[in-house]
Amino acid sequence: MPEPNSHFPIITARQLHKSFGDVQVLQGIDLDIYGGEVLALLGENGAGKSTLVKLLAGFETLTAGQLELRDLDGSSHSLAADWTIEQAEKRGVVLIHQELNLAEQLNVADNIFLGNELKRGLLLDQKRMLQKSREYLQALNCEVDPSTLVAELAVSAKQLVEIAKAYAKQSRVLILDEPTAVLTNRESEALFILIEQLKQQGVAIVYISHKLDEIERIADRIVVLRDGEMIGTYPASTLSKDDMARLMVGRELSQLFPEIPRPPDSAEVVLELQDACVPGTIRHAEFQLRKGEVLGFSGLVGSGRTALMEAIVGLRRFSEATRLTVKGRQNRYPTLAAARDDGIGYLTKDRKGCGLLLNMSLPFNFSLLALDRFSRGLIDVQKEQAQFEAAVKTFDIRHKDDSLTAGKLSGGNQQKLLLAKIMAAEPDIIIIDEPTRGIDIGTRTEIYRFIAELAGNGHAIILVSSDMLEVIGLSHRVAVMCRGELTGILEGEAIEEHEIMRYATGLKSDLDKQKEPLCA
Amino acid sequence: MPEKYFAAIDLKTAGPFLALIALIVIGMLVNEAFLSTGNLSNILARSSFIGIVAIGATFVITAGGIDLSVGAMAAFISGCMILIMNSLMESIESSVTIILLAILASIGIGALAGLLNGLLTTKAKIEAFIVTLGTMGIYRSLITYMADGGTLSLNFTIGDIYSEVYYGTLLGLPYPVWVFLLVAVVGYILLNKTVFGRHCFAIGSNEQVALYSAIHVDRVKTMTYMLQGVCVSIATIIYVPRLGSASGQTGILWELEAIAAVIIGGTVLKGGYGRIWGTVVGALILTLIGNILNLTDAISNYLNGAVQGIIVIVAVYLQRGAWRKKKH
Repeated sequence: MPEPNSHFPIITARQLHKSFGDVQVLQGIDLDIYGGEVLALLGENGAGKSTLVKLLAGFETLTAGQLELRDLDGSSHSLAADWTIEQAEKRGVVLIHQELNLAEQLNVADNIFLGNELKRGLLLDQKRMLQKSREYLQALNCEVDPSTLVAELAVSAKQLVEIAKAYAKQSRVLILDEPTAVLTNRESEALFILIEQLKQQGVAIVYISHKLDEIERIADRIVVLRDGEMIGTYPASTLSKDDMARLMVGRELSQLFPEIPRPPDSAEVVLELQDACVPGTIRHAEFQLRKGEVLGFSGLVGSGRTALMEAIVGLRRFSEATRLTVKGRQNRYPTLAAARDDGIGYLTKDRKGCGLLLNMSLPFNFSLLALDRFSRGLIDVQKEQAQFEAAVKTFDIRHKDDSLTAGKLSGGNQQKLLLAKIMAAEPDIIIIDEPTRGIDIGTRTEIYRFIAELAGNGHAIILVSSDMLEVIGLSHRVAVMCRGELTGILEGEAIEEHEIMRYATGLKSDLDKQKEPLCA
Repeated sequence: MPEKYFAAIDLKTAGPFLALIALIVIGMLVNEAFLSTGNLSNILARSSFIGIVAIGATFVITAGGIDLSVGAMAAFISGCMILIMNSLMESIESSVTIILLAILASIGIGALAGLLNGLLTTKAKIEAFIVTLGTMGIYRSLITYMADGGTLSLNFTIGDIYSEVYYGTLLGLPYPVWVFLLVAVVGYILLNKTVFGRHCFAIGSNEQVALYSAIHVDRVKTMTYMLQGVCVSIATIIYVPRLGSASGQTGILWELEAIAAVIIGGTVLKGGYGRIWGTVVGALILTLIGNILNLTDAISNYLNGAVQGIIVIVAVYLQRGAWRKKKH
């Protein structure tokens, strides 16, 4: 798909405005998108990035402003009210969502041709679709068999299928909304190579991510948005990561990570796990957690960190040989309720799928985990409301009114609501899985402050995160997992990116290899 | 946006009530006899069977389930009650004692039948639609078998005394209406004011989130089916004295009428949102339609089902419209 003239932008936007009701989401956005370049959109959650790309791809309609698309023959089209998803796709503008949109029960080829199936007479031409899909996938250096059922693919492969689908439609503008949020480092690497390749072919890439080092690496130009307004467009080479963060947040980014005093060695061990095994996922894990401590858990995606945490809180089953001791009592929790009643809180990494009821109100979500505390036979709605309002202040949950559903909150505020929900049960051991995934820097610092405060007043915290800087910046000790095994616990100087990676990839391990694994 | 938002919600809440008022106005226009005390108390008494069953169904549906077995279950429990009463005649003198024992047995059977539905859906992990379709067939054929293809009749001596439960009145209203009201009040409190009710909403809204909120999902779901079973048995207890008999034709299509009442009342079929008062109004609407068709010559009484069907579809259509508006 060659672009005839890359001196002219494919998409030109002038003074875009978008409002929902009386809320201004975007105002005065100017944008030029050229073929053969990666344009990064940078901004905190709620800055308007997603709304902007939805406008470009026809998911939303403009309130005011000019949006023009230049066709391959050089003619310009004004995109107004009739700009729909179908229109956009036909003219080669494709948005790939964070939540992927594939038909799980169809195979890869069927998905690639979904909506423009190849036919022979009345019947589908399966053979040619498979053949063509194979060509597309090969062109993208992607080793996915087009006859595989999409449901059987890993998330990263699904994303490649989405890109292949866009490629098959000869897309000229490919918009990626946080594509690496669900990918491992290695998979992200493959994606960057693919992006480079598409760029060479003249495709315009619009890229949204919170990961500044990614943007530094692949972006040609950077557009910064803040509170729905355009801060500026910059050549990527002129901005350092610090500059980016400063432009996004609008203030100096002093000290992202608060200082958390290390608990004394005499501090009480509140949780101890020995000979842990979860059939099918966790082969071996042992660790201790002290009062006032932040114990980080690092590892690659799929290393079993979440499975281990879910087993601790009763959402999965440990083997019989596993010994879990909490506050001096040996215990394995049969249910999450039992763990909760023993003072353990678990903050899931799947905010939308497991954490919050998106179609329910904020107070409903807030009290759900600790509902018994608000009830003596009947629910005390006044007490519930009062505590909710207190939590809104404590956790700085920004919302217009209480009748709002949780799904209408921004990601950062959802995360704060989820934190408030867990804390309503007043746990003293808190397991936080990916506290800042897909969250802007402003909210991030707030969440780090909460964690520091909690540890400071004697809570014990387990912090599972794929964000290496976060783990290093907050943890007193870092446990590393690799393929279902806890391979090492790092302290002091050893807490450093390369050392963690060595344990995470299995190059290094403190486990006694002579010892028989406890379970398969 | 806020004003529109509230308008949509209000219309949705008030919808069933507006429809009820419209039907009452139509009834008054159609026939003067509509407003007679006799007709009104007849409407209330008749709607109480479906109404009580539908209140149980409101819990099941709010928690994301469905129970198709209620009609057959009602027939089966009726048959059991009649057999129990007839056989106790020989050993127990007092008819009142016999009736009370049968009532106890009825509630026990209802709860057990619900427990079975609940365990099959939660523990055996079979879809509720399939489970209750299966138990529906089982109860329906059991009652036919028990009646030997014919009709089971209650002994006349007991029937005479028991009939007071259906035909007797308190403050001018038949007993079934009072039972209906009581079940509705208890159901409302349970669904809207207790932890159990909240958990039903949460499970129907997203089972995974419920699980991660330390809710005993399986237990709560099973309890909704048990509650449904008990509601069916209560409906049966006031239904048996009406005819004093049970057959393979008893309670036919109750499950669909109950579900229809729930949906007309504004409960969301896929779960997560339920309204007891809506269900009560839904049951009244269904009975009113039949009653009005009886009182007029304009539309044949045989088209009762068709009119009910249209009302259900329109109700769901309006619900959908309201949902869409909320999403901009």
